Amino acid sequence: MTMKVSYYPGCSLKGTAREYGESVEAVFRHLGMELDELADWNCCGASSAHAVSDELAVGLGLRNLEIADRTGFDLVVPCAACFQRLKVAEKAVKSGKVKPQNGYRGAFRIRHLADFLGEDISPKLVKERVKKPLEGLKVVCYYGCLTSRPPEITDAARPEDPETMDNLMTLLGADVENWSYKTDCCGGNLILTRPKVAKKMVQKLFDKALEAGADAIVVACPMCFSNLDMKQAELTRETGREYHLPILYLSELLGLAFGDRDTGKWLRGHEVDPRPLLKEKGLL
Amino acid sequence: MSGAGVKMTETVAVPVVVPNSAWRREVEKRSGQKVTACYQCEKCTNGCPAAFAMDTVPHRLMRQLALGLESEVLAANTFWVCASCETCTTRCPNGIDIAHVMDTLRQLSLPGANPAAKNAAILNSEFLGSIRRHGRVHELEMVTGYTLKSEGIAGLLRQTGVGLGMLRKGKLKLLPSKLRGVKQVKGIFRRVVKG
Repeated sequence: MTMKVSYYPGCSLKGTAREYGESVEAVFRHLGMELDELADWNCCGASSAHAVSDELAVGLGLRNLEIADRTGFDLVVPCAACFQRLKVAEKAVKSGKVKPQNGYRGAFRIRHLADFLGEDISPKLVKERVKKPLEGLKVVCYYGCLTSRPPEITDAARPEDPETMDNLMTLLGADVENWSYKTDCCGGNLILTRPKVAKKMVQKLFDKALEAGADAIVVACPMCFSNLDMKQAELTRETGREYHLPILYLSELLGLAFGDRDTGKWLRGHEVDPRPLLKEKGLL
Repeated sequence: MSGAGVKMTETVAVPVVVPNSAWRREVEKRSGQKVTACYQCEKCTNGCPAAFAMDTVPHRLMRQLALGLESEVLAANTFWVCASCETCTTRCPNGIDIAHVMDTLRQLSLPGANPAAKNAAILNSEFLGSIRRHGRVHELEMVTGYTLKSEGIAGLLRQTGVGLGMLRKGKLKLLPSKLRGVKQVKGIFRRVVKG
């Protein structure tokens, strides 16, 4: 029997982060698991809802949990912000702050994609699917904020030093570099309202990733991705320091290692084109 | 140590702080957080990745809050610069959910009262408006609305190149996806407005 999980893609994965959505779906196909997209899911409210009203933020999250409850499968969420908003709604139900509709059991777990792939399925299964090990590719893994913080909400075991993506990348054969900025904020939330502040925050990440010797940064959040991928040309112009560091979704590298034919199509959508680097390493 | 010229008897004007515990209690009630538990260890400020852009750093804001200094707190740019990264909440040794206190302060701010709120207010209204209409965020509509209202036509024109590039890559949808349950989503908004 194929393993089934509920799936909450969130708004970005259907638009600006379509390569993330497409590669996540491909990875699950390779792993022989079925993604059951929540029927008629709504936006989680992201950072705007909780800035305006706690009730609104929890209400928007809760409607999605009620949909997931109908099947009761564990719920996989690839976006860090969506993940954390759904966890906030879950905790509000558990603490009795809000009442879901009658008959709600809430017996499923909400899992960020990186945690699901890195902790809930067997590493053997992932390893068996690898057709093209990512040998010679030096990466740092960037988890950002909301996959793990705050641990009271996310239930993260290692909120200051998560390692699920590092372990997955090691399984794929990549050369995973150590760095101290895995969970430092990239400022993605401020990219529209305070671009100067956000750019300073993201520049620090590039400097530290380069210092660690990385060829690329692996991410698991569409907000982090946009901020990291789209600001490099501007930073190069403004600072005089050359920034050209490919940003790759966790699922794109899994798809690449699994030999998925669509990999090139996903990578075409990036602002910093990762294809020359991957070709140079003989991976594409 | 002579010659410094300091007269030990000189009086120094110390600003008079009048605590307002009623306002502090209101913030504590709304946020569900005990701000008086703060003992000024400064972990929040030292871990804050956006503190460099704040006029009042987080631990100082927490102290002003504990004293109930309503006008000082609400005039700070702190909670509009805050990126909601939750590092302060994660590290606070007294278990104060500081990031949530920042949310409460955003909610308590009156529209137009703090210039630091301008862009965030436009973004929140465009973002939530899109959810209310469609059930999901229509990214093109949201970003266009935000850019037009925050930077005017000139700002929008500056972004045209980026927008067209993303349209070409299929990363921006021209039309929103509409939920069957959009009425339920509207209902969530209505309940909150009434409450």
